[in-house]
Amino acid sequence: MSATITSDAPVSRLDPFSERFLNDPYPPHRELRDAGPVVRLERYGIWAMARHEQVHAALNDPETFRSAAGVGLADFTKEKPFRPPSLLLEADPPEHSRARRTITGVLSPKRVRSLREAFEREADALVERVVDQGRFDAVDEFAEAFPTKVFPDAVGVPDKGRENLMAYGNMVFNAFGPQNEIFRESAKGQDEVREWIAEMCLRENLRDGGLGADIYEHAPRHEMGPDEAALLVRSLLSAGVDTTVHGLGNAIYCFATHPDQWAAVHADPSRARAAFEEVVRFESPVQTFFRTTTRAVEVEGVTLPEGEKVLLFLAAANRDPRHWEEPDRFDVERRASGHVGFGSGIHACVGQMLARLEADVLIGALARRVEAIELDGEPELKLNNTLRGLASLPVRVHPASA
Amino acid sequence: MPAVTYVSADGAREQVELAVGTTLKDGALENGIDGIVAECGGNAMCATCHVYVDGAWIERLPERSEVEDELLESTASERTAASRLSCQIKVSDELEGLVVQLPEEQE
Repeated sequence: MSATITSDAPVSRLDPFSERFLNDPYPPHRELRDAGPVVRLERYGIWAMARHEQVHAALNDPETFRSAAGVGLADFTKEKPFRPPSLLLEADPPEHSRARRTITGVLSPKRVRSLREAFEREADALVERVVDQGRFDAVDEFAEAFPTKVFPDAVGVPDKGRENLMAYGNMVFNAFGPQNEIFRESAKGQDEVREWIAEMCLRENLRDGGLGADIYEHAPRHEMGPDEAALLVRSLLSAGVDTTVHGLGNAIYCFATHPDQWAAVHADPSRARAAFEEVVRFESPVQTFFRTTTRAVEVEGVTLPEGEKVLLFLAAANRDPRHWEEPDRFDVERRASGHVGFGSGIHACVGQMLARLEADVLIGALARRVEAIELDGEPELKLNNTLRGLASLPVRVHPASA
Repeated sequence: MPAVTYVSADGAREQVELAVGTTLKDGALENGIDGIVAECGGNAMCATCHVYVDGAWIERLPERSEVEDELLESTASERTAASRLSCQIKVSDELEGLVVQLPEEQE
């Protein structure tokens, strides 16, 4: 790297994967946004973008900002990936397009809507249970309990061993960061977890008629073989659980800490879906993803050389005052459409309609039964190099008078 | 700037001038026109920015991509030969005078 290339770029010494940063990311997010449209992160020798305009533009320019060199810190052109790369997340067109078409065919909005009734039954039962308890941990007993039941049910994964899903997702999202202590801790005992996941990706272990089996059915239409179908099932299992759990946990945290906002959702439970959109903007479960430059590219007067890692701060873009009015205000009536919490462009979260359905159904069911949610102890963060969510969230709920 | 008219499901018409390159979805949202949800933010993922393109205009638009065509199978209001996703159509000078009808339901 020549000195002249970087001379115009602001330089930051922040470590976005340090415990300090992850514990309270919003002040450093502001610092990065204010430093400039693109910032050099000295510690890792990478670039960062934290403003909505540049993050959105990079996500929508996969020809310049590629994914096949990995969407984490590791550069797959120089380092061997820890697992066979994802055919979706860690791929570029044209290969990516076949995989994407296969999975969008399976996860069409129509198909996702067909899951609503089954989800509603589970949500009503779960809400009944926690309302009876009055006090509960909104992570373990609520935000985690729901997706870890309805999601593998929908995919068609057998009951036994489902606890591996959370452990796997946690490790996969940690692996996008550096091999720090947070990553090492999550990688413990992963051999068995990965073995179980690999088995669950095989057709014979997936229930007929489930989303997993559907992937195998759709795959040949896009010239994908069974090995590729298995990798697509792996994508569902990697990306579909921890993200949703954190989104739901963050939702309850936002509602407990903004009682007026919960009152608005309780008054009109049909607002649950839009309220969740605001949660994803305000406390984005997926905070960051990397891209890699395919050529020298100029960003607002700074030239990034070819083959450079660029860290895109989705969560910082979602609170950029250049794009949002009063971005630090949690407002369930805001039109949050346009946030990049699910990414944007060809790699936008393919399960986003499924995530919205889960949230709509669960938060809606809670809103019909519960008039107030309050913290009942200190929430505890679950640190992850990529995800933002809670390990524990003790709450007390007050049922609405019948 | 080309003028585009949005007609709501109950027949109310609103004409707005849109910059070339703006999508019909953004044109509606930026002008406070109800009836477009665009839950996914314009990524062709949700089918909640469905519109019906009036008469001869449908022939004059760029063709639907395979992804758009597939998503139109998931619209909440009935799909017709006039159905398009407004996030996939960019305003151009050739579209001066375009009229689009908003559906009854998006979700």
